[in-house]
Amino acid sequence: MTAKIVLENLKHKPMRSLLSILLVGVPVTLILCLVGLSHGMLEDTQRRTRAVGADIIFRPQGSSLLSTGGAMPEGIVKALEKRPHVAMAVGVLNALVGGVDLWAAGLDLDAFTRFSGGFKVQDGTVFQQPDDVMIDQYYASEKNVHVGGYVTFLNKRWRVCGIFQGGVLSHIVFPLGVLQDVTEHAGQVTQIYLKLDNPSNTRDVIGSLKSDPAWGEYKVYSTEEFTALFSINNIPGLKEFVWVIVSIGVVIGFAVVCLSMYMAVLQRTREIGILKSLGASNAFILRIVLAEALIMGVGGTALGIVMSFGAWWLIRTLLPASIPMVIVPEWWLIALAITLFGAGLGALYPGLAAARHDPIEALAYE
Amino acid sequence: MNSGPIIEIHGLRKIYRVGKVDVPALRGVDLSVPAGEFLAIVGPSGSGKSTLFHIIGGLTPPTSGTVRVAGNELTGMTDAGRTNLRKRTVAFVFQKFNLLPNLTARDNIAVARYLAGMDSKPGPEFEEILRLLGIANRLDHKPSALSGGEQQRVAIARAVVSHPAILLADEPTGNLDTENSKAVLEILRDLNERLGQTILMITHNPEAAAYGHRKLHMRDGKIVEGV
Repeated sequence: MTAKIVLENLKHKPMRSLLSILLVGVPVTLILCLVGLSHGMLEDTQRRTRAVGADIIFRPQGSSLLSTGGAMPEGIVKALEKRPHVAMAVGVLNALVGGVDLWAAGLDLDAFTRFSGGFKVQDGTVFQQPDDVMIDQYYASEKNVHVGGYVTFLNKRWRVCGIFQGGVLSHIVFPLGVLQDVTEHAGQVTQIYLKLDNPSNTRDVIGSLKSDPAWGEYKVYSTEEFTALFSINNIPGLKEFVWVIVSIGVVIGFAVVCLSMYMAVLQRTREIGILKSLGASNAFILRIVLAEALIMGVGGTALGIVMSFGAWWLIRTLLPASIPMVIVPEWWLIALAITLFGAGLGALYPGLAAARHDPIEALAYE
Repeated sequence: MNSGPIIEIHGLRKIYRVGKVDVPALRGVDLSVPAGEFLAIVGPSGSGKSTLFHIIGGLTPPTSGTVRVAGNELTGMTDAGRTNLRKRTVAFVFQKFNLLPNLTARDNIAVARYLAGMDSKPGPEFEEILRLLGIANRLDHKPSALSGGEQQRVAIARAVVSHPAILLADEPTGNLDTENSKAVLEILRDLNERLGQTILMITHNPEAAAYGHRKLHMRDGKIVEGV
């Protein structure tokens, strides 16, 4: 019977109910999009790093997950290639060319192709001219650019010579020398990938590099170690930022439900008096208000999840390279818990106010 | 009519606090109502009739005096105790019907049963009452689709569905035309005669008051005639 009363109350003012559910759904979408973006960016980077096919990643001492930390002399590549068990080494220069996460890679295409199998060119050719750039299909789609078209990076127009299948290393690729010149990093690389004669030697090679004083100042990771570092906990400030957004979600859910239920309780003062005259206890009245708020919370969460799919589709369509968002179903339950917490909190004051109504005054309410 | 008193009131006073002023609503009421009586209470506005009903029905506590309703002493009774009294012992029929607007007539009746802690399906005797009330085919409509007379019949059905010891009808015909008023009053008399339902009815209408076994007159917070 409680459920029937609550459902009929929600149906009685459908616009109020739907608007409340929509407003509860907005912060849910916000939370899920933010989490989806964080996970998407990290997973995208992990995937593209793994696709290179290296066993070991070699980086400058000052590097961190989000920055290259300077550059290393390109000559190190050859020196590393001479180390025991190292079959191949290839150096890459990374440069931020747009936004907060759009990196271009400068590389020796022949060496990289030998190392990883190279890029699968879907349209056009590899580099032909000094102002050529290769981009993946995600970036081409995002910028609506075709082979022969032009893109601008680093204050210079570049001709798109080829569009390759994305998912390897970077969305944008330059010849190593060209990117070194344009970023004033002549003879330098920011990352070196090593392929071993046998992957089972990875621990030994890393151990020997770390114990060698000549290489001790550099950071050396196995690919598994390096990609495992890409988690929300390892990105400075990201976890805190997510919790700030979650807190905002709780506050918005609280405010929306509090306002909506406060108005509803005011409008239903007489009905509360009727229920009390029939013997409804304060707890019963509070339960009805809380149940209605929690249904709004559940509805808002469901709508928020649907809207997050909408945002995901929109971002994937408009910005497939710049913002690699993913859907994170594990967060649906967390979002539900956050929303129900906010909604329950928001319904508490109107619910207690309703429960405390004097039945005679409530029955006289017009 | 059964002989034992179901309501016994002695020296009942009720004072409302309005701002900083004490307003006496009842100034020493003594009353005894035998079980099964149909009692009409008349009097001008502000005479304390509704306040007396609110106290007997457990909507508000008395300020002083003793009030015993179906064996329950209301003086000093907690809010929860008065809520329990309203579940099963007393039921109201109001002038403005006071049905829950979002629920159908059937659900309005079911809510009362639910709150009284009874299973949701009424027994066959209740089907007889519905036939008596003439609303059996209107139960799936919401109050907005019912006439005033039909709404009041649903309100009566809701009041008696939990078999209360006492039915308090506060001007039950105040919002009805003559035909519906007569029908409602006859239903109340039928309930009293067939089921032995104790009924207290407030009315301004002398013809309505004539349906009761006895008539009390109230003025200035006291019973002045018919005790």
